[in-house]
Amino acid sequence: MKELIKRLEQNFQISNIVWQRENEVFLTVEKTDAVPLITQLNHYESFTHLVIMTAVDWLEAGKFQLTYLLNNNEIKADIGIRVLLDREKAEMKSIHHLWVTAATYQRELHEMFGIDFPGSPRVDEPFILEGWQEIPPYRRDFDTKKYSEKTYFPRPGRSTNDPQEYMKKKLYPEESE
Amino acid sequence: MDKKDLKKRTVTTPDGKKIEVDPMKDYFSQAKPKIHKPGKTVFEKFLDWARAESLWILGFGTGCGAIEMRPLMTPRFDAFRYGIQWRPTPRQSNVFVIAGYLSVKTLKRVIRSYEQMQGPKYVVALGSCTINGGMYWDSYNTINRLDYYLPVDIYIAGCMPRPESLLAGFEELKKLIKQGKGEGANIYAEKFDWYKNNQKQIIKDWDMPDYNW
Repeated sequence: MKELIKRLEQNFQISNIVWQRENEVFLTVEKTDAVPLITQLNHYESFTHLVIMTAVDWLEAGKFQLTYLLNNNEIKADIGIRVLLDREKAEMKSIHHLWVTAATYQRELHEMFGIDFPGSPRVDEPFILEGWQEIPPYRRDFDTKKYSEKTYFPRPGRSTNDPQEYMKKKLYPEESE
Repeated sequence: MDKKDLKKRTVTTPDGKKIEVDPMKDYFSQAKPKIHKPGKTVFEKFLDWARAESLWILGFGTGCGAIEMRPLMTPRFDAFRYGIQWRPTPRQSNVFVIAGYLSVKTLKRVIRSYEQMQGPKYVVALGSCTINGGMYWDSYNTINRLDYYLPVDIYIAGCMPRPESLLAGFEELKKLIKQGKGEGANIYAEKFDWYKNNQKQIIKDWDMPDYNW
């Protein structure tokens, strides 16, 4: 694995290498480098299985982080490739030509985060949400509780307890007062 | 079916004629549901007894609660001895079990299925999700209370309720029907506009007829 990373570093700008285990590593690469790197891993290094493709919303930094997790079944190793995209007009090259299933992930990311993947099949069609009119719901600036209260006729009389406060009151009543 | 198939188009019939078809109008009845007042005769009581003793459930698992229906229909709990059985199509069934949470996408299918069932029909709402949203109460995509969209005959609380409580719930439903209180279909017809209004507020891309049976 270490040699593989060294080989990759000769061709690509790789930063922030995190070793989770001996056979699992996460790399951060530039947006333009990501698809060539994934293609090389798929074609020449036998990382033939796309385990998952997901996104994280770093609201404060104004970035989306895409993570591609690839698996090599021959040497039993995983590589996670992280790409940072700008939150405004987030757009990424599609990888559906490498794995057909990636189109489904990309469709979901387009719907839930609003990340665009031009050229990916059926990426504009609704996936889970039908007729969604707000900002994509997995973005962190979308207030799901407020939206639910506004839209879904909440039944009055619902009360919740903060577990910590509740147990403190129950177990140590003299302390809480 | 693709959405573009629902638009008005010209179709060639088997004998060579060309006709215009508007699927949204021609394939469905646009008539509003009618109220069928139950009679007050002894015969109606007999009918109510018969209805109560043959609850046929639509096999439509909407949420995670559907997992509780499998042990219920298999030998361990064996709901068949109570006259309860599962049917594959809405046309043959008279009980709709809403099993747990409902997303907006599922609600659309639920409404279509419910309207295709023949009256008298009953709705059993399963789990706390149908009462006030349960653990998904603040989710962006699940409804909070079912009684705004469909007339509910009986709620079975729990997250999830065990098959025993489902059986108890069905026994309660039988009592209600025998007392002549299972009037869900008539309530739906009576407050039809209110129900439709609520449904349309939630389902933003309403691309089906208003009443499709």
